[in-house]
Amino acid sequence: MTALTAPRPGDAAANSPEPYLVVEDLTVKFPTENGLVNAVTGLSYSLELGKTLGIVGESGSGKSVSSMAVLGLHDEKRSRIQGSIRVGGTEIIGLSQKRLNQMRGNDVAMIFQDALAALHPFYRVGDQLVEAFALHHPSASKRDARKKAIEALDRVGIPQPDSRVDDFPHQFSGGMRQRVMIAMGLINSPNLLIADEPTTALDVTVQAQILDLLQDLQREFNSAIIMITHDLGVIAEMADDVLVMYAGRAVEYGSCKEILSHPEMPYTWGLLSSVPDVTASTDSRLIPIPGTPPSLLDPPTGCAFHPRCLHKDKVPGNLCSTELPMLTPGRHQGHLKRCHLADSDAIYVQEVLPEFDPGLAAELADTTTDDEAPR
Amino acid sequence: MRRVITAILVLILTSMIVFTIFFMGPKNPAKSLCEKQQRCTPAKLATLEHRMGLDKPLHRAYGDWAKGLLVGRTIEYSDTESYECSAPCLGISYTSNREVTDELKEKYPATLSLAVGGSLLYLTIGVIAGVFAARYRGRFIDRALVTTTLVISAIPYYLIALLAWIFLTQRNHFFADTTYKPMFDGGFHPIAWAAALLLPWLVLGLTNATSYSRYTRGQMVETLGEDYIRTAVAKGQKENVVVFRHALRAAIIPVVTIFGLDFATLLGGTVFTEQIFSIDGMGRWALQAVVGRPDIPVVTATVLVAAGFIVFSNLVVDVFYSFLDPRVRLA
Repeated sequence: MTALTAPRPGDAAANSPEPYLVVEDLTVKFPTENGLVNAVTGLSYSLELGKTLGIVGESGSGKSVSSMAVLGLHDEKRSRIQGSIRVGGTEIIGLSQKRLNQMRGNDVAMIFQDALAALHPFYRVGDQLVEAFALHHPSASKRDARKKAIEALDRVGIPQPDSRVDDFPHQFSGGMRQRVMIAMGLINSPNLLIADEPTTALDVTVQAQILDLLQDLQREFNSAIIMITHDLGVIAEMADDVLVMYAGRAVEYGSCKEILSHPEMPYTWGLLSSVPDVTASTDSRLIPIPGTPPSLLDPPTGCAFHPRCLHKDKVPGNLCSTELPMLTPGRHQGHLKRCHLADSDAIYVQEVLPEFDPGLAAELADTTTDDEAPR
Repeated sequence: MRRVITAILVLILTSMIVFTIFFMGPKNPAKSLCEKQQRCTPAKLATLEHRMGLDKPLHRAYGDWAKGLLVGRTIEYSDTESYECSAPCLGISYTSNREVTDELKEKYPATLSLAVGGSLLYLTIGVIAGVFAARYRGRFIDRALVTTTLVISAIPYYLIALLAWIFLTQRNHFFADTTYKPMFDGGFHPIAWAAALLLPWLVLGLTNATSYSRYTRGQMVETLGEDYIRTAVAKGQKENVVVFRHALRAAIIPVVTIFGLDFATLLGGTVFTEQIFSIDGMGRWALQAVVGRPDIPVVTATVLVAAGFIVFSNLVVDVFYSFLDPRVRLA
């Protein structure tokens, strides 16, 4: 598998210290009664402090599984994990439970999608915040921990934190509950925050507030954020880099601007053309990706996306269904794609873009600068 | 408050139904009692019927009974003899000729001792076994537990109790004689009391623990898959704390509900256990009152007590539920 060690655009000198999070050739398999599920295969990426990586993909593409591996959340007995995950220089794979517990919630914290399900229904939010704090500050007094919990609620913008701290999760609205979740994730000022679809369950206005909040807090703490989502709008808003996953593999990786404006993998095209655009004219179309995500028990041969790919005929010799494309540089050194298409950028600009966004396509035809922001 | 009123209505209705069934029943208790004595003359039968209140219409008889329970009543033996039965009066037993209330007070400690000990045992064993089975799901301890519970639940309870009694107290004297020994019997005898109850407790506890362990295991497996358990792990919480404080806290609620109802049933008397181990409690008393000559006051009293416990425990479980689950508190 291609190990991603080449520096990306924007990286400092090649001999700078290792990024805070380095994932190398990560493979996660789950043995089941029906066979081995290849949830993640040969995944590599890295993330520096203060930066945000967006991981995009459909359900079952391995985005959550790979991020949960960073926290060591997979049961050793029910999963087979290979490769390397280094957080601040510490190898996570094979780390003892004791060391993992020291890192979880302290160096690396996770924000889950559905805050109602992810917060314990029978404990007051204050107690849950105190628990998260006290675990990593064993010498802190009860009163200090409570003060810290109130502070954390205040920081994420919950009104009257000193009384709400004694409420139960079900007494909060959806957006406020997600704020509690974020407060809990940030209470120990972690260096790495993994946000697993943090806004999926929320309505759009609240979504924007939560994303704003995450950005503010990132500026404050200089944390690295992994933003897992299937919403490209969230990616455009938040991410510095984007990793597109399909069937457990990285299929495209590069800077956010680059991936959103010059995607080179037909799956990413599909994702982009499935996003409704409020400012687009009514003649722009939503084009769904045909078919369904592949079974990870028995992934398709060759490129896993080929059964759904509209452009596989452009590759000679049935290559798409026989040979797995490598993750290789596309337009730039820093733009990696896993696709046999030779001139995919040209196909995108000339064929794909005009179909779902004629306006932008025309604009792009006029100005050929790469710096054009997507939409 | 509405629940309390409902509970009282249920109790009144239950007593009416039981009273009616046995009052209208196929056997005339006065006649069989009379025939048992020598020379049953029609006059004698009439006296007995009058004494039992069987000569009155149903609603009058029930009215007398209910009045006795609430304020006490005078039971007329004959025109000259009568008996003052003070509240709560549940009537006079046909069999023993004693006040049912007095007899109840004698029988009750045995049933209570058996129920409390047995249920505490099966709750503790069942929940602990279930938690461990869930935590080590699919491993040896889990499979061993599932197999054991299956075997035990496949054998009828009375057979286990009977075999335990025969082999552990009669053939071999591993356990003391199980006949009930009161704790307060002109003195304080906790050891004799506990020694006699030990085997019945164990039999009751171990057999019932099987269903509790299976139930707890199922609840725990479900709870351990919840998102908030993953959250607790992601915070860096230790596995033991996650299992016992986060998961068990949620998984125990439905178990407690079932336990409340089971415990109430036990408090109403355990027929098999008391009969086999010759424990003179409510279950045995009720059995004796039903077979042969129906002893209406005793039957009514035992049914009423059993129903009372079920209704009461339902109330307690409701209150407890809202105490355990904060989401119910506001609803």
